Amino acid sequence: MTPVSPAARPVVLQARGLGKRFGATLALDGVDLALRAGEVHALMGQNGAGKSTLIKLLTGVERPDRGSVELDGRVIAPSTPMEAQRDGIGTVYQEVNLCPNLSVAENLYAGRYPRRRRLRMIDWRQVRDGARSLLRQLHLELDVDAPLGSYPVAIRQMVAIARALGVSARVLILDEPTSSLDEGEVRELFRVIAQLRERGMAILFVTHFLDQVYAVSDRITVLRDGCRVGEYAVADLPPAALVNAMVGRDLPTVAGADAERAPPPDAPPAIDAQGLGCRGKLHPVDLQVRRGEMLGLGGLLGSGRTELARLLFGLDRAERGELRIGGERVELKHPADAVVRGLALCPEERKTDGIVAELSVRENIVLALQARQGWRGMSRARQDELARQLVQALGIKAADIETPVGLLSGGNQQKVMLARWLVTEPRLLILDEPTRGIDVAAKQELMAEVTRRAHAGMAVLFISAETGELTRWCDRIAVMRERRKAGELPGGSTEARVLAMIAGD
Amino acid sequence: MNAVAPAATSAAAGRRPWWRRRAQVPLLVTLVLFVAMAGAGGVLYHGFLTPQVFLNLLIDNAFLCIVAVGMTFVILAGGIDLSVGAVVAFSTVLLAELVQRHGWPPLAAIALVLAVGTGFGAGMGVLIQRFRLQPFVVTLAGMFLARGVATLISVDSIDIDQPWLASVANLRLPLGGGSMLSVGALVALAVVAAGALLAGASSFGRTVYAIGGSESSARLMGLPVDATVVRVYALSGFCAALAGVVYTLYMLSGYSQHALGLELDAIAAVVIGGTVLAGGSGYVLGTLLGVLVLGLIQTLIVFDGELSSWWTRIVIGALLLAFCLLQRLFRRKEIKP
Amino acid sequence: MAETTGTMAASSAISSRWGRGLRRCLAHPLLWPLLTLILLLAGNGLFNPGFLALQWRDGHLYGNLIDIAHRAAPLALVSLGMTLVIALRGLDISVGAVLAIAATVAAWTIGHVSNDGLLPLWLAIAAALAAGALCGLWNGWLVVGAGMQPIVATLILMVAGRGIAQSISGGQILTLYYAPYSFLGNGFVLGLPFSLFVVAAVFALLQLALRKTALGLFVRAIGHNPQAAHVAGVRARAITLGAYVFCGIAAALAGLLVSSNVNSADANNAGLLLELDAILAVALGGSLLGGGRFSLAGSLLGALIIQALTTTIYAIGVPPQVNLAVKAVLVFAVMLLQSPLCRGQLRALLRLRAERRA
Repeated sequence: MTPVSPAARPVVLQARGLGKRFGATLALDGVDLALRAGEVHALMGQNGAGKSTLIKLLTGVERPDRGSVELDGRVIAPSTPMEAQRDGIGTVYQEVNLCPNLSVAENLYAGRYPRRRRLRMIDWRQVRDGARSLLRQLHLELDVDAPLGSYPVAIRQMVAIARALGVSARVLILDEPTSSLDEGEVRELFRVIAQLRERGMAILFVTHFLDQVYAVSDRITVLRDGCRVGEYAVADLPPAALVNAMVGRDLPTVAGADAERAPPPDAPPAIDAQGLGCRGKLHPVDLQVRRGEMLGLGGLLGSGRTELARLLFGLDRAERGELRIGGERVELKHPADAVVRGLALCPEERKTDGIVAELSVRENIVLALQARQGWRGMSRARQDELARQLVQALGIKAADIETPVGLLSGGNQQKVMLARWLVTEPRLLILDEPTRGIDVAAKQELMAEVTRRAHAGMAVLFISAETGELTRWCDRIAVMRERRKAGELPGGSTEARVLAMIAGD
Repeated sequence: MNAVAPAATSAAAGRRPWWRRRAQVPLLVTLVLFVAMAGAGGVLYHGFLTPQVFLNLLIDNAFLCIVAVGMTFVILAGGIDLSVGAVVAFSTVLLAELVQRHGWPPLAAIALVLAVGTGFGAGMGVLIQRFRLQPFVVTLAGMFLARGVATLISVDSIDIDQPWLASVANLRLPLGGGSMLSVGALVALAVVAAGALLAGASSFGRTVYAIGGSESSARLMGLPVDATVVRVYALSGFCAALAGVVYTLYMLSGYSQHALGLELDAIAAVVIGGTVLAGGSGYVLGTLLGVLVLGLIQTLIVFDGELSSWWTRIVIGALLLAFCLLQRLFRRKEIKP
Repeated sequence: MAETTGTMAASSAISSRWGRGLRRCLAHPLLWPLLTLILLLAGNGLFNPGFLALQWRDGHLYGNLIDIAHRAAPLALVSLGMTLVIALRGLDISVGAVLAIAATVAAWTIGHVSNDGLLPLWLAIAAALAAGALCGLWNGWLVVGAGMQPIVATLILMVAGRGIAQSISGGQILTLYYAPYSFLGNGFVLGLPFSLFVVAAVFALLQLALRKTALGLFVRAIGHNPQAAHVAGVRARAITLGAYVFCGIAAALAGLLVSSNVNSADANNAGLLLELDAILAVALGGSLLGGGRFSLAGSLLGALIIQALTTTIYAIGVPPQVNLAVKAVLVFAVMLLQSPLCRGQLRALLRLRAERRA
């Protein structure tokens, strides 16, 4: 945990004490960042650690509440992405922020076309030649007249980098550029990054793949809960220590309710996946969850945890492997197929995939049960009864069951999500990061109800990035890494063992 | 694994002549359709393959052509403008009223009509951009408004006998061999040329394409998205007003019920001309071709004499369907997510 | 911070039962459309005292109010279908064309069945409804199956529909001389126009389906957050398809009423610009054009408002085409009031005023 000694290379971009608040949440709390010329600097952190907020502040998408940014010793305060570009900060996003319908050359020159003297019309010859020479700097030979969309994402990303170079960037921010690339494409990208480093550019590289961090970066800044944990030289921070710094120790606030819970007897499997996979998303995975068992699923962001959950629930269609639910072989084409067979999924993205903010607590709670029952309506009295039961069981704090869910706090929204599925009395409940962004008390209430149900025979697949939660609550832990299953650990394993498996040592 | 390396390094791999690019397929289909229809007409009907038949396509559809050029920009930017037919009608009424009943000099009246049309379009653009309203609802309301106001000006059709306008309307430009073009057709050709230049070689035009491709990307690229959207609707309003002037010359009257359903024909022409309805891809010259195809359908039906006029609507609908499906097919393959 | 405490204090001040009742009343979504309608009718009554009078003659109820309701019936039917489609984030701009098709199909059927009994009537109704359902199925398939944007998908039928209708009618306006059919649009039951019973029946059936089955919940869930509804296991595609089919059937019913009312089917002009009126009615009734929140009763009120407006304009003696301009202004006003951005700006403006005064 020793900060690196001052480096010889000059600092190009220096951020000091950046802070940003969105409503009630403090997204970023006084973060420092120093990017040096000719270095690749990795920015690491879990979901919600503040990475994307930091990037938004640097690129002018959002303005900071406090703190300052200096570029080459000059204070800059970009208020639009264009201003940031003019200041010399180029950004390449995960979803490439170029227009797929325009040609490669146009994407490189949009907004700054060379003109002909006559009529001030665009000089297309100069655009094409300029585009070719820009791309040549990256050793790319493309048909500059072809639409950008006809090239794979990897090439589009290079074009985005070339555009940033074209507007003479001093700093290049790569925001999770590798998440949709295959291995060969990643190598190609790294070649370009190395080249830019040679030319003295300062590069901020955001990713959630540990091996890539070690393959390409010189220095690492770790964020956690909106704060900077520290800045390290890569050599000083082995993978396990990095994961540790990112995850942090979530000290058990309440003694694990089930630490001494007996592992389930040889109960029949509630769900059994053999070689389940989908090209480009998940390598084949074997997974079994028994009745009454709580299986933890660990791994970093992008490790394939969520992808596995989506396949199990029929949100994506599996291309290979077979799935058995309650011993019966099934093919899931629609989540409704999974719901009918007694599966339930609390998705990771609560706001977009989970709650219907405009509908009431009652309506949100009965939605999945209704979908499972089909058209037959439930009487209002029955709905009220169910909603009240769950509101009480989970301690949902709402003025009454007719309050729109959008008005509740994050923790209570999460409880409503859980209630929606508990009311269907599922065979298997999949919880994807159910504890993220909610307070400790809500977390306890939530998990207490889940474990109670597990005792009654419900199988649970509990996905979490926090190893503490996995070891505390789960009977068995499976770990995902790089879209594969890395292995399984018995319940009661130490956090250190889980962390080691996540980091791949 | 090595998918990148060859694509990235071999220059020849990506170099394809323009007509072999996927995006051009709908346009090529339109071209083939036009030639095939003209050929079929030549075989089936005597006297079909004469230059004047084709020049008449331009003369009789000049107003549609002008409106469709404006519509092309709107659709390229990912929007839609349902008010154009009404603006054409409004413009005919305003022009006729000013010239016939108030004795305005024709050129001054035309200037005012163009200004009003442009302002009207810009107003709708502001509503769409500032308040994030859906384009179709705003322009639908604009359609009500323009026809309503046209009726307020004059309920009845106003015939025009102002000498200057009448002489311009009857002016025919001889092209040799007994064929000729009207002033309206020349204006339409000029609008197409200007539109093609604007779309292809001005930063306004390229920004329109960028917005149609991805508005958020265009914003992140620092392009002036807001101003461009307003200008696109202003341009469409201008084109509609200009088409109104041409229509007035064509009919020599101003009437609030002129050009009913013209917006549908314009959209059809744009789509048949190869512009993707979701925006971001297409050509102004393609739109000209689309207009000619629509005109040719009508001409064929007239030449046939046995086919009923309603077949025009059905054929246009079928073409619209075919091209929408074609676009989906090719777009899905061309632009991977 | 100061603001929130301010509103909290204000809300506790009117927390008496009466105050709460009043607030619920003011917040009721149907308040504004109802108020608009009442004001419109009351304004008419003020200028023309006989306007609101109802008369009992020959066993029928007569009067402007009945007349407005009767004339609004076709639009009301179409608006009900449109409400459902819009609630599911869709749009159907082909309703006018579908109405024309259904009217022509009904007229054609009657013309081709020679029977003096009621058989032609039933056949005509069945054929028209089937045609409407088919059109709806086509639209729905383009949206759900082919994945087209709703406005594009329904544009195709809007363009081709009247051509299809004309090809059935042979380009003629089909005149109907068949008394039982005429009853649909002109008959009276219990002293009231039969068309009102048709609207009431469709409204009641739809309301029943939405309230007594899970349909209402599904529609609102899909409209507000299609992705969340999908994850919860709601089969959105089937429901969306069903909504378009229903919209087609509703337009066909409207076509029956319209053609029966004037004893003829005009493929060219029946239901012209109906799609615009229907969208306007839905918006006036307080449904969100972006989907999710909807009100069937509101759409009925919206249809009544539009008809009352038309009647008023006729009554005043202004050329009826002015109606278009008035409707346009109405659409603009409703749209701006629905736009959260505009509301925010208005609120900021009001606050600025209040601050300046303080």
